[in-house]
Amino acid sequence: MSLLSTSGLSRHFAGLKAVEGVDFDLPEGQIRALIGPNGAGKTTFVGLLCGRIAPSAGRVIFGGRDISHLPAHRRINLGMAYTFQITSVFARLSVAENVALAARRRLRGRVRVDRAVRSALDRVGLGAFPRQDAGDLSYGHQRLLEIAMGLVQEPRLLILDEPTQGLADSEIADFKALIRDVSATATILLIEHNMSVVMETADMVTVMNFGRILAEGTPAEIHADPAVQTAYLGTG
Amino acid sequence: MSDTTRTMTLHVAVLAGLLALQFVLPAYHHGNLARVMVLASYAMGYNILFGYTGLLSLGHALFFAAGMYGMGLAVQHLGAGPLPALGAGLAAGVAVSAALGALALRTAGVAFMIVTLMFAQAGYLTVLYFGTWTRGDEGFVIAQAQRVLWGLDLSDPANRYFAALALFAACLLSVLWLVHSRFGRVLVAIRENEERTRMLGYDVFAHKLAAVILSGAMSALAGACYGLLFGYVGATFASVQYSIFPLLWVLLGGAGTVLGPLIGTLFMFYLIDLSSQVTTAYMLIAGVVLVALTLFAPQGLAGEVRARLWRWLP
Repeated sequence: MSLLSTSGLSRHFAGLKAVEGVDFDLPEGQIRALIGPNGAGKTTFVGLLCGRIAPSAGRVIFGGRDISHLPAHRRINLGMAYTFQITSVFARLSVAENVALAARRRLRGRVRVDRAVRSALDRVGLGAFPRQDAGDLSYGHQRLLEIAMGLVQEPRLLILDEPTQGLADSEIADFKALIRDVSATATILLIEHNMSVVMETADMVTVMNFGRILAEGTPAEIHADPAVQTAYLGTG
Repeated sequence: MSDTTRTMTLHVAVLAGLLALQFVLPAYHHGNLARVMVLASYAMGYNILFGYTGLLSLGHALFFAAGMYGMGLAVQHLGAGPLPALGAGLAAGVAVSAALGALALRTAGVAFMIVTLMFAQAGYLTVLYFGTWTRGDEGFVIAQAQRVLWGLDLSDPANRYFAALALFAACLLSVLWLVHSRFGRVLVAIRENEERTRMLGYDVFAHKLAAVILSGAMSALAGACYGLLFGYVGATFASVQYSIFPLLWVLLGGAGTVLGPLIGTLFMFYLIDLSSQVTTAYMLIAGVVLVALTLFAPQGLAGEVRARLWRWLP
């Protein structure tokens, strides 16, 4: 069953067609990678999905419901979670409070929140620094904190915008395992530049270029697609 | 000691200290402290919006005056007793802050400051315009007979001190509760990173509006009590000066700290009081001290204590 779909979704910025007529379908339980050259419209597209950006045209359906006109916070409450491409944690609050803020929308009671926070931090490997200010973490650890804030919401759909950017190789290996683990309970939409992550975790890959969907298929199919290779290499 | 125990111990000790001072202070300082406690309650109301939610309003005199006139006009023209009059002041504050919040929160940053400033000016001019009832600049006195609550004459210094302390304690404990509540933590999250808070699924506008109303209600209650305890209602309290005061008090004492407003109000009150005994150019002394404090303690007095000594200070 499809968890999320869009039809004719478009967003124009003063004549620039950042996203143009995208028909997209994401079945429940899948790990979907969204790839494409820089400026292809990936971040704008997920911004349209979660309501950060208003569409110029088109519809977004989530869990069978038309959410095109819902504000972002209502969409999040329906079970979407979004992690920012540029880390956007609460720098002057503690690591635990960052995750607790994400947890409290769904959970009541200090004990339950604390338990959820600890478990989310342990899952991403940040269990050792709950009381540190988030702004003092390394960039890679801030990325992991973003992911923990997504996980603790127990979303139906987890949207990750370039989550492995700035992570060390060992952390990327852990991240791949984490994604497979999370996919047992959530559908995942992953914007990713790291091809090893895409190839090893994604069930399906969607390629965007110039605001449109260029190709869709399994990682192996996409890998072999000449049109995708052209888009990435920029040769005719 | 856990952080919660420390916090409760400190704040209860402050309240107990203020209670004890009632019995030892000489009359002059006794009267001053009663005034400071009411004004600090106003500053605490301001701090909810500025210190915890990160919204800088330049129009809080509107709320202070709404409370004061809501109370004063009810006494003067409707013959209300002190308690219904305080209720009228509080209701006026809630109504005015809800209306202002709904409009001003469509803006952000500098525009929010300007819109709040303009609304407060409009409020001030409204007071002058309806001079028939408000007596404009001249204001009006609330007679002693109208200031008797449950048989307690609020014009009596001791009773007035206790009433001021009761107001202050109620506001202090409310803010303390607020900063530990889920709602208060969301306000801090909005201050720190509004977009992130929205993308965690919180209705940012609704939270900000609630913060404006809460802040406006506390400011209005302080305004109503000020009029009732000191027996005078006048347009000065609606002027821009009274919008700037709470900002200064909170900045000096420490924005986003529970005790900061009291410290800042007390400090500023006595700074002016003491320097005016030394020279007629007392505003110069006050100015130099303020500049020095902003340079060397940019987080305010309580803010510096938190940064350097007591990390747990709420």
